[in-house]
Amino acid sequence: MSHELLQTIWFILIAILWMGFFFLEGFDFGVGMLLPILGKNDIERRAIINTIGPHWDGNEVWLVVAGGATFAAFPHWYATLFSGFYVALFLLLVGLIIRGVGFEFRSKDQNPKWRSLWDWCIFLGSALPALLLGVAFANLTKGVPINANMMYTGNFFTLLNPYGLIGGLSLVAVFLFHGLNFLNLKLTGDLLERSRKLAPKVWVGAFVFLSSLVIATLLITDGYAKRGAVAFIFPLLALLTLLLAGILLQKKREGWSFALTGISVILIPVTYFLIMFPRVMVSSTDPNFSLTISNASSSAYTLNLMSIVALIFVPLVLGYQIWSYWVFRKRLENDPKNFHY
Amino acid sequence: MDPVILSRWQFGITIIYHFFFVPLTLGLGVFVAIMQTMYYRTGNETYNKMTKFWGKLFVINYAMGVVTGIVQEFQFGMNWSEYSRYVGDIFGAPLAIEGLLAFFMESTFLGIWLFGEGKLPRWIHLATIWMVAIGSTLSAFFILVANGFMQHPVGYVIVDAANRAELVDFLALLSNPKSLLFFWHTISSGFATGALFILGISSWHLVRKQADQIFKKSFALAAIIGVIAVASVGLAGHSQGQEMRKYQPMKLAALEAMWESEQPASFSLLTIGDMSGKKEIWSLRIPYVMSFLACNNFSCGLKGVNELQAEYQKEYGPGDYIPLMIVTYWSFRLMVGSGLVMLAVMFYALYLLWKKWPAKWMKWLKWMPLVIGLPLLANSTGWLLTESGRQPWIVQGLLRVEDGVSPNLTNGMILFSLIGFFVLYSVLIFADVYLLAKFARVNPDLEIKESEEITPSISGSGY
Repeated sequence: MSHELLQTIWFILIAILWMGFFFLEGFDFGVGMLLPILGKNDIERRAIINTIGPHWDGNEVWLVVAGGATFAAFPHWYATLFSGFYVALFLLLVGLIIRGVGFEFRSKDQNPKWRSLWDWCIFLGSALPALLLGVAFANLTKGVPINANMMYTGNFFTLLNPYGLIGGLSLVAVFLFHGLNFLNLKLTGDLLERSRKLAPKVWVGAFVFLSSLVIATLLITDGYAKRGAVAFIFPLLALLTLLLAGILLQKKREGWSFALTGISVILIPVTYFLIMFPRVMVSSTDPNFSLTISNASSSAYTLNLMSIVALIFVPLVLGYQIWSYWVFRKRLENDPKNFHY
Repeated sequence: MDPVILSRWQFGITIIYHFFFVPLTLGLGVFVAIMQTMYYRTGNETYNKMTKFWGKLFVINYAMGVVTGIVQEFQFGMNWSEYSRYVGDIFGAPLAIEGLLAFFMESTFLGIWLFGEGKLPRWIHLATIWMVAIGSTLSAFFILVANGFMQHPVGYVIVDAANRAELVDFLALLSNPKSLLFFWHTISSGFATGALFILGISSWHLVRKQADQIFKKSFALAAIIGVIAVASVGLAGHSQGQEMRKYQPMKLAALEAMWESEQPASFSLLTIGDMSGKKEIWSLRIPYVMSFLACNNFSCGLKGVNELQAEYQKEYGPGDYIPLMIVTYWSFRLMVGSGLVMLAVMFYALYLLWKKWPAKWMKWLKWMPLVIGLPLLANSTGWLLTESGRQPWIVQGLLRVEDGVSPNLTNGMILFSLIGFFVLYSVLIFADVYLLAKFARVNPDLEIKESEEITPSISGSGY
């Protein structure tokens, strides 16, 4: 295979890893944020955590592998992005750390203060990464100051521009709704009733934010100039699926609502990657300084090697992760007798 | 202060902290898998209780290893972007493969193992814990392949046009002798760490005469696997000495604080240097021993630091090619020293087993919880030795540490994250040790009775 083709394949593969991550960790970030909002007492909060208990760790690996794949396939992208977004990534790591530890530690002590501390860690550790990733992707697409040596010349606050913040808040809102849809499929009893009641309200927020993100994306990025109508189709499709999800939710078709929201969530990174291509980081300093799949990539040898590895292992991973969801497909019984700590 | 020093401190602190948990995950995972296998084969309830008891401690430790591991993957890009650009073509591949092949496997199957009991056929539930153990072992392998490249780069060419090193031979990278020896050494010390952890906690319960069955069996399993593991760590280390003479002679000379070349080479019992750590004042040495350690004979010659420094200056230009001797010298001694104490502990444990718990020797048992710290000390100092002995190189002979750092970082940014990690990690270690100590002291015989009142959960217990 030619080097150009390999670079395109790896650009798509990394996009797929982000799609998988947004879909999966999207709802479990959402569930994490809903934990103190929906769970009125300790038992309810444990029930909420148990809906994602078997899965959150496996879901998070999608992010780790997206990072690793970027390192292996596009070392310059990895180097510029990770050193450039240094403070944001540090905060992201803090979020993921307190969240992961929170899941494992919170139920291992009876003290209510201990539990409440970790519950808030889970909340913060879900909200912060969702927000930061949204900010990061919006900025990647809009463009950030990068000089001729592929060095990021802005700082943390450069990222917190209005478009970046819309990107971040939209992701938080959409993930919240995605999480509620997941809980609607998993919970029972009172908790389910409350989750069902909250869903339409959150849907309104998600729809408003996503609409503003779509409009801002079309106005601010060079997507339309570069891609024409295609740049419209995918973000509008994301909005349309979210709209349909809300309608089907009203008609009690919760499975459909979850699936359609999932598609909407996936279409967010699809849109970003589509606008960026063939760039991987847009330079706002000078378009010629942008990182692209050709100036940021690994050698053909490494890309070939990684392609073989991916060809074998990606289907395998998909297979056992799907199996893990099948194993835990049932609704959770919201009865304290049914889960001890 | 400069960004290089601060970034080094941050990497050093976060990786050593991460490495408190990793070897225990590697070792304890296999122990738990063996226990569950024995329960599966014999149906003996004691093995079930063992699996539950050690499994809970395994999970508490595992969580810390995972969350601190993600930090490591990110830090290469965050603090060492020029390094990532220069060797990313090679170094990125094993990291990505680790994620795809190993990390996915251990994380997904751990979730299934934790929540899947009662939902899955018993043999499949057993298979999931083995998948976790295999996953973490594979993970160690690929990380050490990446690390081996930094110590002894192989399978690459320098491409001047791209101003970087590129991979040309993946098999050479995988079979790098440095990585294979690291893997042997690290996996063995993982087993040793798990074994001493089990011995220490079991002894605590045996002294209190509670859940005797469970802890005698645990003790026996740990003693038998442990003695093999500790011996294997030593053998691997010995082989590493010989290989170091070939590929990293400076590290070998530095861990001995050997300034002048010697033939045959002596082993330093105690060497005192001046405050700079770069000059010898006084030394007590045993003749011939170092030749044996490095070459398996009593006559080979070893190059001293001064001769190597002169050689390197000729080859790589002016500069200081001597690692910080006080660190390499003392971390080597602490590592080997704790290894020797571990071996003694293992023989004591085996003696107790062989003589069927002789009363006369049982009084020493109360000190055994202290030995849990020995492998942690050996693991940390071993890591410190191998990485600080590589200085001033980030990739031996190819790239210097100061050329690998991210050029855009300010002192303020790194201080912010360094202090942030330090504070967060300090708080977490308290929570972690608190939980480990709490669950290590639970009497598993009593605990099972309590939970029998609760019907098996549809959601799983998530213990």
